[in-house]
Amino acid sequence: MQQSNRLRPFFENITFDREDNELVLNFGPQHPSAHGQLRLMLHLQQEQITKAHPDIGYLHRGMEKMAENMIYNEFMPTTDRMDYIASSSNNYGFALAVEKLIGLDVPRRAKVIRMLLLEVNRLMSHLFWLATTALDIGAMTVFLYAFREREYLMDLVEDYCGARLTHAAIRIGGVPLDLPDNFMADLRKFLDKLPENIKDYEDLLDKNRVWLMRMENVGVISKEMALSWGCSGIMLRASGVEWDIRKEEPYELYDEVEFNVPVSDKGDNYARYKLYMAEMRESAKILYQVIDMYEGTSTELMAHAPQYISAPKLDIMTQNYALMQHFVLVTQGMRPPVGEVYIPTESPKGELGYYINSQGGPYPYRLKLRAPSFWHTGILTDLLPGHYIPDVVSIIGTTNIVFGEVDR
Amino acid sequence: MAQHQVNYLKDGGLPVALTTIDKVVNWGRSNSIWALTYGLACCGIEMMASGASRYDFDRFGTIFRASPRQAELMVVAGTLTKKHAEFIRRLYDQMTEPKWVISMGSCANTGGMFNTYATVQGVDRVIPVDLYLPGCAPRPETLQYAVMMLQQKIRKESASRAQKPKRLM
Repeated sequence: MQQSNRLRPFFENITFDREDNELVLNFGPQHPSAHGQLRLMLHLQQEQITKAHPDIGYLHRGMEKMAENMIYNEFMPTTDRMDYIASSSNNYGFALAVEKLIGLDVPRRAKVIRMLLLEVNRLMSHLFWLATTALDIGAMTVFLYAFREREYLMDLVEDYCGARLTHAAIRIGGVPLDLPDNFMADLRKFLDKLPENIKDYEDLLDKNRVWLMRMENVGVISKEMALSWGCSGIMLRASGVEWDIRKEEPYELYDEVEFNVPVSDKGDNYARYKLYMAEMRESAKILYQVIDMYEGTSTELMAHAPQYISAPKLDIMTQNYALMQHFVLVTQGMRPPVGEVYIPTESPKGELGYYINSQGGPYPYRLKLRAPSFWHTGILTDLLPGHYIPDVVSIIGTTNIVFGEVDR
Repeated sequence: MAQHQVNYLKDGGLPVALTTIDKVVNWGRSNSIWALTYGLACCGIEMMASGASRYDFDRFGTIFRASPRQAELMVVAGTLTKKHAEFIRRLYDQMTEPKWVISMGSCANTGGMFNTYATVQGVDRVIPVDLYLPGCAPRPETLQYAVMMLQQKIRKESASRAQKPKRLM
C-alpha cells in the first residue's frame, strides 16, 4: 500500500513485462536535429542502441498523386518543394525526364545556364549541410559562417529568378530567362573567395577534438552495406565506390567540363565530411569552366518544338498561329507520346530519378520519384545499432536527409 | 529662489520614468520572444536563415528554443500533415502561457498548393493562430516583420490578466 511518509519508490503493485533492462526511446518527429520530421524508435541497452526503427511519413504531402492530376508544366513548382535546399536540381531532373520523353534538344545557352544553376545549388546544399551538421554537433560558429556564404549564393539565384528558396528556374525545354548583366561578375567574385572560406571551415573543424570524436569511426558504412541499401551520392562515395552519375551517364554539359570525383574508403562520418568539402571545391572548378562557356552562345533559351513548347513571347504577340498554340499548351497542356522514361541525375544528395509513364494524355499516368534521402533514411535501421545516443545526431547529420524528399 | 528649473522628465533629469506595470511587463515580453523551433518543411529553412548570420533574429530578442516549455512563440513553418497534427497540438498545449502562434507560409495558412488527402488545410484547424504570414516560402524579412507585428500586438495586451481563450477557425 502507498504510505505518504515513505520516501523510497514502491513496486508492489507494478509488474514488469520484461527483465532485460531495455528502454524504448522516441526520437522526433519534432526534434531540432532530426533535419525535418524524422521519427526514430530507438531500443536502448544502457546508452547503446540495439534496434532502430525510422518512422517516416510525417511530411507526406501526396506529390506523386498530385502529379497525376496536373499538366507537365504545372507540376514544375511542386518539384521545388521536394528537396527544398537545392530546388533547381529537382526542377532539372523533372525537366530532363520530360525532355527525354518527347525527344527535345535544348539550346546551348539554356544548357549553360542550367549547369550554372545546378552547381550553384550543389554549393548551396553542401553549405547548408555543413551549417546544420556543425550546429547539431555544437559548432555554432561554422553555422553562422556557412550561412553567410549561402546567403550570397541565394542573392545570386534571386537575381536570376526572383526566388530565394523555391526557384522554379528551369522549364521543360530550356530556361525562361537569360542571365542578368552582373551575374557572372558576382559569381566570379564569390568563387574567388570560396577556397578561402572553405579553408576557414576546415581550420575550425578538421583538427577540432570534439568534431573528431563525434565524426571519426562513427557511422561506418561498409562498401557492401552501402550498395545493398541503395545508397548514392556522397554516402556511396565515402564507402569506396566511385560512382557519380555526372561521370557515368553524363547529362547536360558534364562531359565537356573537367572535374574529379572525390572518393574515400573509410566510410565514416569524417570521410563524408571531407567529401562534402572536396565536392564544394570541385563545384567551384566546374563553375569556372561553365562561366567561360557562356560567351559566344546564341541567345536562344527555349527549344523550338511548337507542338510541346510555347513560342517566344515576341512571336506570341505578333503571330496568330503562335498565339493559338500557346493558348492550347497553357489550357490543355502538352501531350507527350505514349511511353515511359526513367532519368537519374546526380542531385547534391545522391541519385535523384524521375520515372514518368505517359499514356499520351496531358497528365502523366504515373510519376515516381526516386529520392536519394529515402534510401539514406532506410540505412539508419542497420547503421544505428551499436552506436550511442549522441552518435545518432551526428549520423543523421552526415546522411544529409531532407524530409520533403523522403516523404514527398 | 532657484536660478534654473530642472525638467525632470527630459534628458538630464532624474533617472525616473513614469509608466504602468502593464507597459513594463509587456516591454519585457515583447522584447524577449523565445520561439519554438518548428521547422516542418521548406519554410523551416527560411526560419533558420532568419536566425542565422545575415538576418540575425537575436536583435529582436528572439532566440529559437528546442523545448516547448521554454518557448512562448510557435512559428509553424511548413506543411502540417494529418499524421503530424496530433503532435502540434500536444506541443502547443505544453507551452506555458502567455503564448502566441505565427503561421508561416501558405501551407500552414491554408494548406497552400497541397490540397491533398494527407495535408491539414491550415494549422488554425488544430491550434489558434495569431498571425498569418503569406508567401511560399516567405522571405526572412517577412518573418521579421511578422515578429515586429507580434511585438505590437503583445504591447497592446493586458499583462496582468490571463490570456483570453483563443478560438479555432
